[in-house]
Amino acid sequence: MTDETRTDFAPDIPAAAPDCFHCGTPVRGATFRKGPNTFCCQGCLTVFELLTENGLDEFYRFGPAAGARVLPGTEDFGYLDDPALRQRLVDFSDTKTTRVIFRAPAIHCVACVWLLENLFRLAQGVTYSRVNFPRKEVFIAFDPARLKLSEVVALLSKLGYAPELNLADAEAGPRQPVSRRLWLQTGGAGFAFGNIMLLSISSYFGLDAFTGPALRRMFGWIAFVLAVPVLAYSAADYWRAAWVAARERVLAVEIPIVAGLAGLAVWSAADVFSGRGPGYFDTLTGLLFFLLTGKVFQQKTYDRLAFDRDYKSFFPLSVLRKTAAVEERIPLSRLEVGDRLVIRHGELIPADSRLASGSATIDYSFVTGESEPVAKAEGDHIYAGGRQMGAAIEIETVKAVSQSYLTSLWNQENCAKTRRDSLDSLTNRYSRAFVWVVLAVAVGSAAFWSGRDSQRALRSFVSVLIVACPCALALAAPFALGTAQRVLGRRQVFLKNAATLETLAQVDTIVFDKTGTLTDAGGCGVHFSGEPLDAEERAAVRAVARQSAHPLAARLAASLDGAAVELSPFSFAETPGCGVEGLAAHRAVLLGSAFWLSSRGVEAPLELIDPGTVVHLAIDGAYRGAYKFNSALRPRAEVALRDLAGRYELALLSGDNEKERASFAAIFGPQSPLHFNQSPWDKLHFIRRLRDDGKTVMMVGDGLNDAGALQESDVGAAVVEKVGAFSPASGVIMSGAMAPRLPEILRFARASARVIRVSLGISALYNLAGVSIAAAGLMSPIFCAILMPASSVTVVVFACAATARCGAAVGQEEAAP
Amino acid sequence: MIVIFLLIPLSIVTAAVFLFGFIWAVRSGQFEDTCTPSLRPLLDDKNKDQKPHP
Repeated sequence: MTDETRTDFAPDIPAAAPDCFHCGTPVRGATFRKGPNTFCCQGCLTVFELLTENGLDEFYRFGPAAGARVLPGTEDFGYLDDPALRQRLVDFSDTKTTRVIFRAPAIHCVACVWLLENLFRLAQGVTYSRVNFPRKEVFIAFDPARLKLSEVVALLSKLGYAPELNLADAEAGPRQPVSRRLWLQTGGAGFAFGNIMLLSISSYFGLDAFTGPALRRMFGWIAFVLAVPVLAYSAADYWRAAWVAARERVLAVEIPIVAGLAGLAVWSAADVFSGRGPGYFDTLTGLLFFLLTGKVFQQKTYDRLAFDRDYKSFFPLSVLRKTAAVEERIPLSRLEVGDRLVIRHGELIPADSRLASGSATIDYSFVTGESEPVAKAEGDHIYAGGRQMGAAIEIETVKAVSQSYLTSLWNQENCAKTRRDSLDSLTNRYSRAFVWVVLAVAVGSAAFWSGRDSQRALRSFVSVLIVACPCALALAAPFALGTAQRVLGRRQVFLKNAATLETLAQVDTIVFDKTGTLTDAGGCGVHFSGEPLDAEERAAVRAVARQSAHPLAARLAASLDGAAVELSPFSFAETPGCGVEGLAAHRAVLLGSAFWLSSRGVEAPLELIDPGTVVHLAIDGAYRGAYKFNSALRPRAEVALRDLAGRYELALLSGDNEKERASFAAIFGPQSPLHFNQSPWDKLHFIRRLRDDGKTVMMVGDGLNDAGALQESDVGAAVVEKVGAFSPASGVIMSGAMAPRLPEILRFARASARVIRVSLGISALYNLAGVSIAAAGLMSPIFCAILMPASSVTVVVFACAATARCGAAVGQEEAAP
Repeated sequence: MIVIFLLIPLSIVTAAVFLFGFIWAVRSGQFEDTCTPSLRPLLDDKNKDQKPHP
């Protein structure tokens, strides 16, 4: 284990005493001890014991606090053994072995890899396990006779690597290896290209002089034998795409490619059979190889991102149903209207329901954008998509999962999708013109020669089609885009496809969501008003606040500095929906609503009682002041908005109330519409109206509440705090820190679109030269073999270099301190 | 010079061996994850003999 790896893969946590020995989380409240080591929770302690007993204590040598935090969760995975569900989850199963792939987002360091690959030492029956680190996946093979699927999942959860189990996985069935086929196609084409080129070059340099025509004929046959499987297998996707396009009468870029391939193949085969020469097989296979390399390049860039996620990846796979006799975990698919469910802290409401018992505090931030949780009383209606914060509640479902309010937003999706697909991409527009020009030239030259020399007429007709094969045309966009994607990917901005980049360049109206997009949901923006606190008091408040899982408490704790203070054991108590109390550094701290404080005998002064988001503080029975929460703008967001206002029309849509209208009006300028209290449907209709007015609209949002609007807009950008976390379907996924960089990203998109245009121009110049020689009936294999790779290489090099150069400016200040 | 008619097909057959090597490598999933294998040598396992083979 070298130090280098430690810095790369271990979390950067100082090994100070109060941190958990297993996961590095600061230990708070009651500690769990084992020998000299302290742990933050029972879960971490259990893992430590499990590892030590099984001789896996080496795990802790990979770095300090290498473990993943063990989250308390449900231990009952019995529902996974439901045969129908099990079959969808596993990749392969027979009586001897079952293979399954899980996504475990907790995988974060080299020690995780080691532990998960040594799973067989922890559980009898696991025969093999392998981790795919970049995808955060673990592949497990086990013996179904000795181990159940639910036990494997339970083991992973116990170790802190709880697999992501959601509805989308279960409905999609086992995953297919995506790119194996593409690798094989590219490898095959490369193999044929290399060998044929090797043989062809010798004949271009006049090998015939020494051996006579026999060798040349043999080369032709070898090239033919090598090229046929390549045409059938490696080019299969192009044939298919061209066939689909032809059937639907759309002129896609695949049609000229396939026409060129077919022309080359037939002409070359005729050459070989008639003994005229070796044909153009080197050009043909080279062309395919370049095209497929472009595809590989593009696929590698967005391997691990899912752009088309919908609510199904957000919903849990199982729910805890309570019947008269028992509580049992059932698959979500078996949920029926009228079922009674138990929802614990942090769990999602899977369907529109009525609160049956308990006091609910529902966090709808993901659905409505409202940053504060909403309290619900018994009998209230609760929409699907909210998360319960606090004690467990019981709900009774009133609608099926698929008919809930949230899910119906996604069913909008279909009409938006088809329209976007028909959007003209630059390449498609260009290739349409290209096809007509080439056909005209081919027919024209054939007509010109047909009077004088019929042999030459046919020859010029075919060679125009061959030489005009739009290899460079098809390469320009993928390589420019691939480079753009990599440039942006390094800065945590991910584009879905080429069309997204081109649309970004055409955008004229930008609509922002507020919460989580322009404002940071994190710790800043907390203001204290009242008697100032000294450092020790602040530390005590922080120690109490961080005990609570309530979002306000978490924000408060994050905003306070001060030394870590131990909380007195057993002093902490939380009254859900009211406040928290605790004893720290010999101070009794009360944090909560004014009403709750007064019930504890502490009266808040009237001027500080505010209907907004306020947490009152009392220390040792004396009122001290109130913390006010404002959503804070992301750093530099204001500068970015002013920059954008010059070029684009801006608008703001927020699910929040109007309290911040004035401050946003100042930033957005007087002419920009600002709408508050917007429901997801309002947002969607607002975007639709803009589009109906002929605007090209970009929607920047986060969360499911924007999902409809993101779909409806021409290009939707989802802002996420953690890349790889759930984000609604969209064209762009960007990390929150990059949201203020939007002006630079848009500038870069326009520059990239220009690069694509210039690349198309370069390929047009090559084509012009090639086509004029071909139309004159003077083309030869050697000419073709030089022109084609030369044009491809120029275009690829230009597209990559120019895009990378434009991209160097994006987020430059970020890099400079 | 006539031997070249034998040598060239032979060279292609040799090259084909490498092609099949490539196909085997892709099929066995070696191209799916090019990052994790680079981490494995760092996991110096003291009980190497216990590691099962797939």
